Amino acid sequence: MNRNAKIFFWVIWILMALLGGNGVIERLTMGHRLAAYTSYVPWGMWVAAYIFFIGLSAGAFLLSSLVYVFGVHKLERIAKLSLFVAATTLVMSLLTIWFDLGHMERNYEVFTRPHFHSMMAWMVWLYSAYFALLLGELYYALRRDLKKLSADAVRDDDRKLKRLATIGIPLAIAFHGGVGALFGTVTARPFWNSPIYPIIFLVGALLSGGALMTFIVAALWPEKDEAWEDLLRFLGKIVLGFLLFDLLLDWADYSIPLWYGVGPEATIVKYVLFGPFWYVYWIVHLLFGVTIPAYLLSRKQDAKSIGIASVLVAVTFFAIRLNLVIPGLVTPELRGLEHAYIDPIGGHLSYHYVPSFFEWQVLMGVVALGMALFYLGQKYLPLMQTFNNREVSK
Amino acid sequence: MNKDRPDNTPESEERRAVLGKMASVTFAGLMLSGVLARAQDAAPQKTLIPAEPFRASSDAHQDVLIRMQGELERAMQRPINERRWGMVIDIRKCIGCSSCTVGCVMENKLPPGVVYRPVIDKEKGTYPNVERTFLPRPCMQCEDPACTPVCPVGATWKREDGIVVIDYDACIGCRYCLTACPYQARTFDFGEHWTDNAAQGADGALALTAARDYQNPPNFEYGKHWKRGEGIIPKSPVGNARKCTFCTHRLDQGMLPMCVSTCVGRATFFGDLNDPKSLVAELAEAPNASILKPEAGTHPNVYYLK
Ligand code: SF4
Ligand code: SF4
Repeated sequence: MNRNAKIFFWVIWILMALLGGNGVIERLTMGHRLAAYTSYVPWGMWVAAYIFFIGLSAGAFLLSSLVYVFGVHKLERIAKLSLFVAATTLVMSLLTIWFDLGHMERNYEVFTRPHFHSMMAWMVWLYSAYFALLLGELYYALRRDLKKLSADAVRDDDRKLKRLATIGIPLAIAFHGGVGALFGTVTARPFWNSPIYPIIFLVGALLSGGALMTFIVAALWPEKDEAWEDLLRFLGKIVLGFLLFDLLLDWADYSIPLWYGVGPEATIVKYVLFGPFWYVYWIVHLLFGVTIPAYLLSRKQDAKSIGIASVLVAVTFFAIRLNLVIPGLVTPELRGLEHAYIDPIGGHLSYHYVPSFFEWQVLMGVVALGMALFYLGQKYLPLMQTFNNREVSK
Repeated sequence: MNKDRPDNTPESEERRAVLGKMASVTFAGLMLSGVLARAQDAAPQKTLIPAEPFRASSDAHQDVLIRMQGELERAMQRPINERRWGMVIDIRKCIGCSSCTVGCVMENKLPPGVVYRPVIDKEKGTYPNVERTFLPRPCMQCEDPACTPVCPVGATWKREDGIVVIDYDACIGCRYCLTACPYQARTFDFGEHWTDNAAQGADGALALTAARDYQNPPNFEYGKHWKRGEGIIPKSPVGNARKCTFCTHRLDQGMLPMCVSTCVGRATFFGDLNDPKSLVAELAEAPNASILKPEAGTHPNVYYLK
């Protein structure tokens, strides 16, 4: 990165951190009063951000497992980085959903008052296990570079890594499928209530997590050599593959309810496609998230195009998540409820939801924290090892 | 009365019960003789029992509120697991006055944004052929509630008498149950107050003292004292899911739910569906009784007469 770009990023980061800090203080002192989500649209942007971040985590993690479990050598160089990105985005997601709770101080109750029926409880248990496993993997993956280990110890760590990563695959699939099931099982919400959701979530995770990793490698890799370009092209192909697969699932999810155009689900799909926020689908998702990246990834092979394509995919994926959480909630379950009783003070009995500035602030804070964690990690941990200096260390 | 003093001494319980009964009966008398406007000058004690009986009752000479009051007392004698509370709302009689909504807000000291029983106003047809109907929507206290299994901490469940309750001390405020209820009968306490944004006068906040006297004392949901409060650790029920409880705290004192007592149109009936002789059981069996959204599969215990 050149000097100007660096300054630019620092300025942006400081701004986000300041606004975010302010948002977090407001959240702690004023609770949920400044939030725009309501009792009728009870989940808003934070929930969308939560599933977005946690998807990035699951995707990055599964990418690292390709190395540790299946021995995909091409990706070996980014395995540790993927693990670290998975941990960082997991922290971001948990923080976001923690702020979303009405009683943040009671979060431990999910363990002390377990409720085995609840999909949400399962999700929490599974991602807690996943978090522990992730830390374990990071430890064994990084230990060898942080202190001198004998060849035997390294081999031993490799074995442990493989074991952990092997457990990690079903765990990551279960917990992220569980996030999908959290929505899919809600029968009262026809838009969510679909058996395809856990699968959509998994593919989405692989797509967004893979794209984020590709972008990080494209933008920040220290040694931009031939092998690096090769790696990028390989990653680009993975992203393109998932992009197309995700598009297929998208088609399945929307075209079935829309085909005859009647019924509650069709109403919501029409709302997504032609409602007041139509541009989120057509412009943000379809144009910037699918068409342009697909063109770049299939037609251009240079590192810059792959980098741009993957950052587009990773960032616009948030739009897909918003378009999943919020439209599921915007139609009254009983017609007329929207006018039956209003909240004159905070407007929290409304079906109209646009995230408030306060919500954006908290989200910015979380992103700023994630960026800081990542920055520190790549500065002080041997995450981005090129083949050359690995050779040296051997 | 000292507002912090627990108000559950035997005498005060009795007093509340008597007051509640008196309130209902007074109201019954006032309404049936059609003299609400003249209520102040009339001497209410003498005209408690209406001359013209209310026809929905099997005993043609008894007012429905009195009958339901008696049935309630009878039901409370039986063990909790033998009761199944239910409600019947006659939408042909509902005049859309929202007295139930307001009565509920007063009884449970609901802050802005929290509502247990809104009245949906439906307009059908085009002018001049228009029909308006009103549909009060309490919690349906479903037989198979969709809201309880989703709770990650088991903070909400169906009691033995059929009432779906929330443990405010356990609820983490995730709002999953809000998304799961097919009737949207749950709302979230965002921590608002009616006096937020109130005007400030030269000598301090205008009208605030009076308002605060109303909004600061605790409410008695679930027979406990709840003093709302904000902060890093909000005081429940701020930050919790909230819902209609059929006024469990009033039932425990032998009083009908507030919305039943305040229903101007005499359109809301309440009682034990397990008691075949009760008014609600009779009405719920009527051929014109229906439930909302039967396709949701939750089997509501609230019926509508159309
Ligand atoms: S109406 Fe909703 S809140 Fe009430 S019991 Fe049924 S599902 Fe639960
Ligand atoms: S909001 Fe409270 S009662 Fe509802 S599901 Fe969450 S923890 Fe349970």
